[in-house]
Amino acid sequence: MSDPILKVRDLKRDYVISGGMFGKTKLLHAVKGVSFDVARGSTLAVVGESGCGKSTLARMLTMIDPPTSGTIEIDGETIDITSHGITREMRQAVQIVFQNPYGSLNPRQKIGAVLEEPLLLNTSMSAAERRDAALAMLEKVGLPPAHYGRYPHMFSGGQRQRVAIARAIMLRPKLLVLDEPVSALDLSVQAQILNLLRDLQDEFDLTYVFISHDLSVVRYIADEVMVMYFGEAVEHGTRDQVFSDPQHDYTKTLFAATPRADVESIKKRLAAKSAA
Amino acid sequence: MALLEIRNLRVEFDTAAGPFRALDGVDYTVEGGEVLAIVGESGSGKSVAMLAVMGLLPDSATVSADLMAFEGIDLRAMPAAERRKVIGKDIAMIFQEPIASLNPCFTVGFQLDEVLKAHTSLSRKERKDRVIELLESVGIPDPLRRVSAFPHQMSGGQCQRVMIAIATACAPKLLIADEPTTALDVTIQKQILDLLTDMQRDTGMGLIMITHDMGVVAETADRVVVQYKGKQMETADVLTLFENPSHPYTKALLSALPENATGDRLPTVADYEAMMQADVREVQP
Repeated sequence: MSDPILKVRDLKRDYVISGGMFGKTKLLHAVKGVSFDVARGSTLAVVGESGCGKSTLARMLTMIDPPTSGTIEIDGETIDITSHGITREMRQAVQIVFQNPYGSLNPRQKIGAVLEEPLLLNTSMSAAERRDAALAMLEKVGLPPAHYGRYPHMFSGGQRQRVAIARAIMLRPKLLVLDEPVSALDLSVQAQILNLLRDLQDEFDLTYVFISHDLSVVRYIADEVMVMYFGEAVEHGTRDQVFSDPQHDYTKTLFAATPRADVESIKKRLAAKSAA
Repeated sequence: MALLEIRNLRVEFDTAAGPFRALDGVDYTVEGGEVLAIVGESGSGKSVAMLAVMGLLPDSATVSADLMAFEGIDLRAMPAAERRKVIGKDIAMIFQEPIASLNPCFTVGFQLDEVLKAHTSLSRKERKDRVIELLESVGIPDPLRRVSAFPHQMSGGQCQRVMIAIATACAPKLLIADEPTTALDVTIQKQILDLLTDMQRDTGMGLIMITHDMGVVAETADRVVVQYKGKQMETADVLTLFENPSHPYTKALLSALPENATGDRLPTVADYEAMMQADVREVQP
């Protein structure tokens, strides 16, 4: 792969589970040695069910949690948040958008302040400059300037997710981790947000790690797909490879379980039903 | 005679900003043994309609309808005590959040037993056997042990199975499932949908699936009602709806499915809004 922006090698993360007062502590292997590369400007989709370690992976990529072992390299620099701290520039390079747009915004903070906070903490821009940058970003994500002074409760789920995306790209990150960004949204709003993510990727040359359990969304947005199962990457390939010729049993199960909304499968189901 | 027949249902909520009409003149008919899907986005009134049938709306809601009949008897004309005998026995409902729908303080066996106590005249011993039998029928492994488990000791999919066991404990004639799989993984979703459709086929009960997921509609429904902002857009059998949707909103919903994307962009409902307004104007005399 030419010019990978993210290189992950043999990444592991264990959690220690307390066994109570007299019980033994247990080790839970949440991520068991995952390796992959992501090319600049492309989208890697990570697919799997709850408990497969995809969110743990997201937390390590965004430098929230340290890995137990293994290395993460972003744009040529190795990240190690345990031993020798981490520079501001590195922190700015990776941002995250969470699943629940209702929980990820502070209810007592106006939208303008939400968008300006990253600039306030990380840059030496003046108040007027920050305001201009926030207003410009609102426009980029398709919200009117009047929303600058409003509170999160005045917005719908889709609008809040737009705000969360806007906040994440305020510092022009190189890598954006999207943890189930559309699974809490209605179908038509989901389509709008997916379109927005496409536009922003082109405009800011963003690289996405897109975590999802919805295969139809993955098929639409991903360049490469990685399927995780019990902490292991069981399948990794280009979108067309994975969708046309799934290798691992779990991937096949996942495909079989996805509801099909085409006329042929409805006809088949109705025929089977009337025969029974 | 239809199992459930509703004509011109309206629901209004009193809010600080004046009355808000959540449902504006919708009709539903469900025959015995039929699977009806009510599909729409949040705010379309799909849950409100069925909560009105169950009598679960808060006091701030005003329900009016020309007809709201279950097996030919108008539910509104029934005395409250009569209605309570029907609700939970002949009409049962399951909800989106299985873990939140169960009481965390009691075992699942106790909660199943409560339904049987309220609606049947079985003895304690008979009820105990029936509880095990019900847990087994919804595919809970090792029901003898699981009967004394608390909801937090079970996964989301298993809790939804327990909810289905509670709802089907008295062999209801109509089961209303309000987004039963939205909170679940896709592999678990498949299992729950299969369980619901198998039970529906075996018992011949009517099933109403409330959902926003066109995939779930395609996998389960016989007939579909499409709702948008409290109004009914289209009613059709499932094949007609997917093959030849007549209303612009239905077309918009279907084309917003990521698997139907043709180019680089997904069409959104906004792209169809002009068409929909034209459509509304056509209807008005």
